[in-house]
Amino acid sequence: MAGEPGRAARQPGRLPRGGGARAVNAPDKHLAQGAAVPATGQPHVHESARAQVAGGATYIDDIPEVKGTLHAAPILSNVAHGHLRGVDAAAALAMEGVRGVVLAQDIPGDPILATFVHDEPIFARDKVEYVGQVVGLVVAETVMQARRAARQVRLDIEPLPAVLDVREALAAQSFVLKPVTVRRGEPEQRIAAAAHRLSGSLDVGGQEHFYLEGQVGYAMPLEQDQWWIYSSTQHPGEVQHWVAHALGLENHDVRVECRRMGGGFGGKETQAGHIAVWAALAARKFRRPVKLRLDRDDDFMVTGKRHPFAYDYEVGFDGDGRVAGLRLTMAVNCGFSADLSGPVADRAVFHVDNAYFLGDVEIASYRCRTNTQSHTAFRGFGGPQGMIVMEAILGDIARALGKDALDVRRANLYGTTERNVTHYDMTVEDNILAPLIARLEQSSAYRARRAEIAAWNDGSPVIKRGLALTPVKFGISFTATFFNQAGALVHVYGDGSVQVNHGGTEMGQGLHTKILQIVADELGVPFGRVRISATDTGKVPNASATAASSGTDLNGRAAQFAARQVRQRLAEYVAEKQNCRPEQVIFAHGQVSTPGAVMPWEQLVDDAYHSRVQLWSDGFYRTPKIHYDKHTLTGRPFYYFSYGAACTEVAIDTLTGENRVLKVDILHDVGHSINPAIDIGQIEGGFVQGMGWLTTEQLVWNGQGVLATHAPSTYKIPATGDVPAHFRVELWPEANPEDNVGGSKAVGEPPFMLAISVWEALRDAAAAARGGGPVRMDAPATAENVLKALRA
Amino acid sequence: MDAKTIRFVRRGELVSLANVPPDRTLLELLREDLGCTGTKEGCGEGDCGACTVVLGEPRGGALEYKAINSCVRLAHSIDGMALWTVEDLAAADGSLHPAQEAMVQCHGSQCGFCTPGFVMSLFGMYQNHVCRGAAIDRALAQEELSGNLCRCTGYRPILDAARRMGDLPRRPVDEAGVLAQLRALEDKRALVPASGSYLDPRTLDEAVALRAANPQAQVVAGCTDAGLWITKMHKRFPRVLDVTRVAELRRVEARDGELVIGAAVTLTEAFAALVAQRPQLKPFASRFAGLPVRNSGTLGGNVANGSPIGDSMPLLIALGARVVLVGPRGERALPLEDFYTGYRQNMLAPDELVARLEVPQPAPGEFLRAYKISKRYDDDISAVCLVLNLHLQGGVVQHAGIGAGGVAATPVRARQAEAALTGQAWTAQAAQRAADALRAEFRPISDMRASAAYRAEVLGNLVQRFWLESQGVRHVNLEDFRVAEALAP
Repeated sequence: MAGEPGRAARQPGRLPRGGGARAVNAPDKHLAQGAAVPATGQPHVHESARAQVAGGATYIDDIPEVKGTLHAAPILSNVAHGHLRGVDAAAALAMEGVRGVVLAQDIPGDPILATFVHDEPIFARDKVEYVGQVVGLVVAETVMQARRAARQVRLDIEPLPAVLDVREALAAQSFVLKPVTVRRGEPEQRIAAAAHRLSGSLDVGGQEHFYLEGQVGYAMPLEQDQWWIYSSTQHPGEVQHWVAHALGLENHDVRVECRRMGGGFGGKETQAGHIAVWAALAARKFRRPVKLRLDRDDDFMVTGKRHPFAYDYEVGFDGDGRVAGLRLTMAVNCGFSADLSGPVADRAVFHVDNAYFLGDVEIASYRCRTNTQSHTAFRGFGGPQGMIVMEAILGDIARALGKDALDVRRANLYGTTERNVTHYDMTVEDNILAPLIARLEQSSAYRARRAEIAAWNDGSPVIKRGLALTPVKFGISFTATFFNQAGALVHVYGDGSVQVNHGGTEMGQGLHTKILQIVADELGVPFGRVRISATDTGKVPNASATAASSGTDLNGRAAQFAARQVRQRLAEYVAEKQNCRPEQVIFAHGQVSTPGAVMPWEQLVDDAYHSRVQLWSDGFYRTPKIHYDKHTLTGRPFYYFSYGAACTEVAIDTLTGENRVLKVDILHDVGHSINPAIDIGQIEGGFVQGMGWLTTEQLVWNGQGVLATHAPSTYKIPATGDVPAHFRVELWPEANPEDNVGGSKAVGEPPFMLAISVWEALRDAAAAARGGGPVRMDAPATAENVLKALRA
Repeated sequence: MDAKTIRFVRRGELVSLANVPPDRTLLELLREDLGCTGTKEGCGEGDCGACTVVLGEPRGGALEYKAINSCVRLAHSIDGMALWTVEDLAAADGSLHPAQEAMVQCHGSQCGFCTPGFVMSLFGMYQNHVCRGAAIDRALAQEELSGNLCRCTGYRPILDAARRMGDLPRRPVDEAGVLAQLRALEDKRALVPASGSYLDPRTLDEAVALRAANPQAQVVAGCTDAGLWITKMHKRFPRVLDVTRVAELRRVEARDGELVIGAAVTLTEAFAALVAQRPQLKPFASRFAGLPVRNSGTLGGNVANGSPIGDSMPLLIALGARVVLVGPRGERALPLEDFYTGYRQNMLAPDELVARLEVPQPAPGEFLRAYKISKRYDDDISAVCLVLNLHLQGGVVQHAGIGAGGVAATPVRARQAEAALTGQAWTAQAAQRAADALRAEFRPISDMRASAAYRAEVLGNLVQRFWLESQGVRHVNLEDFRVAEALAP
């Protein structure tokens, strides 16, 4: 597919860039829709914002229910591992409003879910493998009747020994997938020969997505054994495939639609498919529309989380803190099945280096099976778990040497001409970290504050402050190369209004808004003339998940190409009439001009329609340059890297371990921003979500494998009071050097990992309290874990 | 027995609904019965705020506006009130309310699912602050939005919107009109005695008689806890006795050296009265759940439920509060710590109700601090709650009151630690002895909030913090720690 080499570089002045980065998270001026300026580069409000604030934006559970709709609730295993000997639903069936149950024997197609690894039963059959595993459904006239009855179903389970701890799983070689090792050079020799050595362990907890809209699916029977599924999903195409597989049908028998999700964060990439399959099975059994909306507690109990990791490492380094050799073991807690654990664990391996050159290195990745929820995609997709251990190691190297951690980090950064090949054999071509870090170091007054904090801490016996500046380098593209494709449709109607549809999904990240901007500019019409329609497998087929931060890169380009083809046809039509060349036809500001004439867009569209010009088109994009060998984990898995850095200051209470974030300064690279307001929103939101992962969000499974933190009363995501008043975000002013849509870079996931600076700052404060030296602090840094780090 | 018809004012009109079960939640009423799906369910337990709506109730000739969680609020409890949901704010011509417009302008919605709840909390702030001429600063916005969770934005744009809405053209509620409608409703209600499956008596005598006649009825006083028994434990309440309309139980009075707080006084009002007398309790008060819960929940309800991790009891115990119970045999008063007999068990007879709390006013030489340890600063449940109250005279402890939560099956008084201090000189050594006594006194459990070892260690360390604070040492409590202060010489 033709790209636009150098297009970004030829578009100066899209943003007022002045001499450098600018603070843009101050409240910005609201732009009236339809302003006569290019749509891209402007902070257009979210395309649904006005409906959202007025309660008019429709989520799945808000769709007016079709007459005869029944409601389902899941029957959950209450044992972590055991033989399932029987299901007694008699008491439930006798309850008011209950229509029946749906169990494994009611599945007309394959009873195993159509996942890549094909290892996960749709409903537990002869064994249960975690507390919360779905054994079946109760279907009733109302949702509360179904939920009450589901709790009255008795399961006869003979318990078996359960593996609940990831280190225990590693010792027992309990794996969902084979271990993978990436190795370069001679790390053992380099470590042995190094001037200094450190070894250590670290445990980092998982994270519940806590999308505000819980998982929901609504399945409707159509004629001739066809099905219409409303699903809150990041991947309608996979829902379609899974439902068809479970019902024993073909993909063309199932249509999946999603207008928007109330948050996704990776939690609705595969997990939404389970809910849709269950609802469809119930709808098929009862030949009625069936809605399945998980209660929040059930959502916590049933669905997978971010993978918890356990690490052991040994590192050798010189007097400057430069790493000579590293050996690292990562035990990945995958839960009871593979789900996306393979690619998540791979991405963790790809991101252990973060921003740093690791010459001689061995990384062993173990994909451990435990009797817990099957852990899944979550913003960063293993990247955060890869990076955090390297940042932990560098922080401790600095403390072991008595050096400033930023100096040690800088000493290890990738070079631009040498020391620039990753441990998976990809050359880092676009490295901007040295200047980016230097700018943030200056704008955040890192050095002055470092000195001030040290002096202050000397005089403060109880509260200690800490500071850290950490970088992020995050690879953009699906590591499964074939996912890096997208399609779109652009329809121009006879009145000049435009509708765009593409395979990506909207979960709040502003994808649809950016695509409207891109299409508006491509056709030279005001933003308000373009509308998006719901993501629908009946419109764009075989779409990849909206994931890997790639939504705009892929779908934005596909939509741009679709619009461009319509524009090209219109240009040719005008050129012929006006006796000029098509390249001389300019589409801008709702007008079309040639060397000899100017006409309103609407007039041209009307003329073209009556002259039988095709006013709609498809568009298709596939990412260039990428390739990699999934067995050796080498090649170029990523089209480009996104960069950023954050400087965070915290305070800890050495009597209780309580802690607070005091100040945050961020400098982040989104290339040429298509929408700075949306990009800032992703950066701030990602940072705060990452801060939650590393501070207050603790998943606790009890000795029986029951997730004890299964609701917001016990699982604490950040609230308003956790966000510091000093929270400054600036954008790096350069375009993406790779040819990407509008010169932009992906933004969904990378900022999440800026929050590692919070955790490093907390370790810095703990070191101040301990009087220096390495600090073992497991994540999340709850008050209890901070106090433990002070006492260890 | 059928429940009474529910009547409330919405969009300037009277809404009248018959045959609503007594345990139907307001959120179910809105989404399922009325088909108003703008209000969202995020958690069903009053923790995320997606279901926030605003109630208006006549109070002293004016309208009092309260943002509340509709998911744990019984539908019948809004009888006679005005209701606003997110669908009710835009003008007839579609123009947005300042609370909505500011959210749009500041990019305060991403996925949009929490947005209706935030908009309604902002609307409540708008009526209570902006329309009364008070500016909204960041601290106020942060505090009043503490019961609304957002997973997308990181909150900064929403906090900006809270401040910006006051700059937009004013759009106040037609308060006189709403009040007139509510008065007409009230006149109608006053003629009907409480009856049916949802009993909401107006007088204490009526409440006591109904309690005696309906021992099986579920008593509710705000329902922020009992609501979870419906939504999370899937219980049914065939009959409900709602005490929040009882005039005598809604009073806050200062008399005979005591602050007397009726059992049906909301937590918002009760804490305001306590903070007025003891300003140092302000952060503790604002960390009790989120604002929508404090606006519905009552002090009497918190005390009657007696959860070992409820935060009001350790405070009331440390202050030496008494709980007054009322029944057909009259009233009886107990020191609060003697009210509890076991995990969520108490001295209340089946025909009794909690009537009020009697809290001694500050004594001369009182040094009081309330400490809460939780994973999150706002809207969290304590792993450990410790309230210490010393009456010091000439450096000697005349009286010690120490209440603790999260360390036993009930809220408790730390009698041994108190004994270690009473009559002693207040010194570092005395504080250390009290810390040791406190650690020895309880055997806390390990659970998802904290380990037993952590709870025990922190109990003692908080006494150390208390000692340092009593000596005027700065920077010993993150609750009042700000960078600016830290940077000051």
